[in-house]
Amino acid sequence: MTTQTKPEEAPAAAAGDAFLSVRDLKVHFSTEGGVVKAVDGLSFDLERGKTLGIVGESGSGKSVTNLAVLGLHDRRRTAVEGSIALDGQELTEASEKQLEKLRGKKMAMIFQDALTALSPYYTVGRQIGEPYMKHNGASKRDARVRAIDLLQKVGIPHPQKRVDDYPHQFSGGMRQRAMIAMALACNPDLLIADEPTTALDVTVQAQILDLLKDLQQEFGSAIIMITHDLGVVGNMADDILVMYAGRAVERGSVREVLKTPQHPYTWGLLSSMPNLTSDVDEPLMPIPGSPPSLLNPPSGCAFHPRCGFTDLVSGERCSGERPTLPGGRAAACHLTGEQRQQVFIEKIQPRLG
Amino acid sequence: MLQFLIRRSFGAVLILVLISAFTFFMFFAIPQDPALLACGKNCTPDALEIIHKNLGLDQPVTVQYWHFLAGIFTGRDFAVGHCDAPCFGVSFANNQNVWDTILDRFPLTLSLTAGSLVVFLVVGLGAGMVAAKKRGTWLDKVFSSGSLVVSSLQIYFLGPLVLLLFVYSTGWLEKPKYVPISEDAAGWFAGLLIPWVVMATIFTANYTRMSRSSMIEQLQEEHVKAARAKGMSGNYTFFRYAWRGSLVPIVTILGIDLSSLLGGGMVTELTFGLAGIGRLALQSVIDKDLPMLMGVMLISAALIIVFNLIVDALYAVIDPRVRLS
Repeated sequence: MTTQTKPEEAPAAAAGDAFLSVRDLKVHFSTEGGVVKAVDGLSFDLERGKTLGIVGESGSGKSVTNLAVLGLHDRRRTAVEGSIALDGQELTEASEKQLEKLRGKKMAMIFQDALTALSPYYTVGRQIGEPYMKHNGASKRDARVRAIDLLQKVGIPHPQKRVDDYPHQFSGGMRQRAMIAMALACNPDLLIADEPTTALDVTVQAQILDLLKDLQQEFGSAIIMITHDLGVVGNMADDILVMYAGRAVERGSVREVLKTPQHPYTWGLLSSMPNLTSDVDEPLMPIPGSPPSLLNPPSGCAFHPRCGFTDLVSGERCSGERPTLPGGRAAACHLTGEQRQQVFIEKIQPRLG
Repeated sequence: MLQFLIRRSFGAVLILVLISAFTFFMFFAIPQDPALLACGKNCTPDALEIIHKNLGLDQPVTVQYWHFLAGIFTGRDFAVGHCDAPCFGVSFANNQNVWDTILDRFPLTLSLTAGSLVVFLVVGLGAGMVAAKKRGTWLDKVFSSGSLVVSSLQIYFLGPLVLLLFVYSTGWLEKPKYVPISEDAAGWFAGLLIPWVVMATIFTANYTRMSRSSMIEQLQEEHVKAARAKGMSGNYTFFRYAWRGSLVPIVTILGIDLSSLLGGGMVTELTFGLAGIGRLALQSVIDKDLPMLMGVMLISAALIIVFNLIVDALYAVIDPRVRLS
C-alpha cells in the first residue's frame, strides 16, 4: 500500500472546549469479507444550541458516527478508536452502565422512520414516559403527565386522549412528532436527528423542521442533523460537515459550504439538486459512479475514481496520497485554492443558478 | 373482544355439528355391522335383530342421527336404562354411558396436554431466548444442535428409555400414574412428571428454534435500537421490546400444533399405560363403537376449537394492531 495515512488536523478550536468534541474517530466493523472502515478518522466540534448538518450519500458513515456517539454499535464486532467527548466526558471509554445513564438524558436520538422506531406493542404515552421514569425516577402517573405535556409541545391535538393511542393509530407526521417528544423526554443537551424528515411528505417535512427549530430555541439543545438533503441542512444547520467514504471532505458554515463549496464532491451534490430558478430543460448533473466499498476503499483520495478534476492535479497524487482536512473552513482536496475557485466560478456556479 | 368471542362461538357450534354429521355418516360407510360385536361368538340372526333394535340400528341413518342430536339436549332411553342429558348414547361394546366415560377420562388427558404444553413452552422459549441472547457462543451451539437431535426422537422410543433409566434402574422417579389433582396435588405432579417431560420433548426443539430465530430478528428491529437510545437497559429491551414481538410467530405455530398435541397425547397415554381420551379413541375405533367414537371426536374437536379461540385471543393480547381490525 502506498497510501499515506495522516490523522486529520484538529478543527480550529482546541479539543475538549466544545460541548461535543469528536477527534480522529474510527469505527471499523469486522465482517467475513474483512474490515469495513465505516468511519475512518473523523473530527468535528459542536457547541450548545448550535446545529451541525452532516451530509453525504448512503454509506458515507453518517449514521455509524452517531451510533458510535450513543455507543449503540455492536460491541463484539466493532472497534471504535479516537475520542468522543460529551461535555468533557469521554464516551469511547465509558461503560455500558454509564452510557445507559447518558442515553435519553443527556443525548437522545430521533430516528428516521418513526413507524419502525416506535414499538407497535406499547402506547405512545408509555414509550415517551419510559426514559423519564428511568432517568428521573418518576412514577407512572408523573411519566404520563410528562408525556401529555410533551405531546402538547410537539403539536399533537388532544394529547390527553392521544397519549393512550398506539403508534399505528397515529399518522406519519404525528408519529414523527411523537418520536421527537420521546427524544425530548428528559431535555437532552444533545439531539441527534438521523434523517428525521426523509420518510415524510414535503409539507409535513417543513412542519417538523420548524418544530425542531422552535424546540431547540426553547431547550437550547445542540443538534446533529444527519441528512442527504441539502435543502434540510440549509434550512436548519449552522455548520455543515460533508462526509464521503467515512471521512469528512469539507467543513464550513452553511453559507460558506452552500454558496462557495470547495470540494468536487460537494459540487457534485449541489449540481445534482434541482433548482427552481434554472431552465426546465437544464439536465441535472448526477455524480458519476457509485459510493465506494468501505471494505476496500480506493487508494489516495477516496473520491478520485468519481472526480472529474483529477487531471488538474500533477502526478498521481489523487490516487496515491490521501488529502487532509485542515482546521476551520476547509476541504480535503489536492486542488489548490486558486484552482478550486477557478473551477467553481467557471464550471459549477453557472449550473447552480 | 366480546363481539369477537360471540361470533367465534357460533362458528364453533356450526363446526361441531358438521363434524358430528360427517363422523356419523362416515361410520355407516364401514361395511362391518357394529352389532356383531355386542352379539358375541354364538350369534344367531334373531339375536342380531334384537340387538339392532336395542341399539336403534334398524332405523334409517338420518333418523338415528336425529335421535343422537336430540339426545344431547333431552336425554334418551335405552334398553339398558335411561341416559340423562347431555346424552351421547351408550357404548356398543360395554353398554357404558359415553358421557360419563368421557368425564371420567378427560381430567387425565387435560392434565397431560396442559402440563406438557407448559413444559415445552417454558423450556422451548427459554432455551431459544438464551440462545438468542448468547448468539454465536458455545451455549447457542449446544442448544441449536441439541434441539436438532431431540427433535428426531419419538415418544414411544424416549418413553421406555426414560422409564428404564429413572424408574426401573434407579428408582429416582415414580412410575407414571394418574392421581386426580383434587385428591393429591403432589401425587398428581409426581405421577405425570415423566409423561409431561417425554411428551414435551418432541415439541420443545421446534419452539427452541422458533424462539431463537424470532428473538434474533426482533433484536435487530429499529424500535429495539430506539429503546436502547433512550437509555433503557439491555435486559429491559430484551424482555419488553424484543420478546413481545417474538411471540407472534410462536403463537401461530402453537395454533397449528394443537391437533398434534392431542395426537401426541394419545401416543403418550399408550406408551405409559395411562387411560385417557386418546386410549378411548383408539379402542372405540377398534371396537366399531359408534357412540363412544362420536363422543371422543366431539370432545376432541371442541378442545381444539377452544384452544384455537385462546390462541386467537392471544394474538389480540400480544399485538394491539390486531385488536382493532
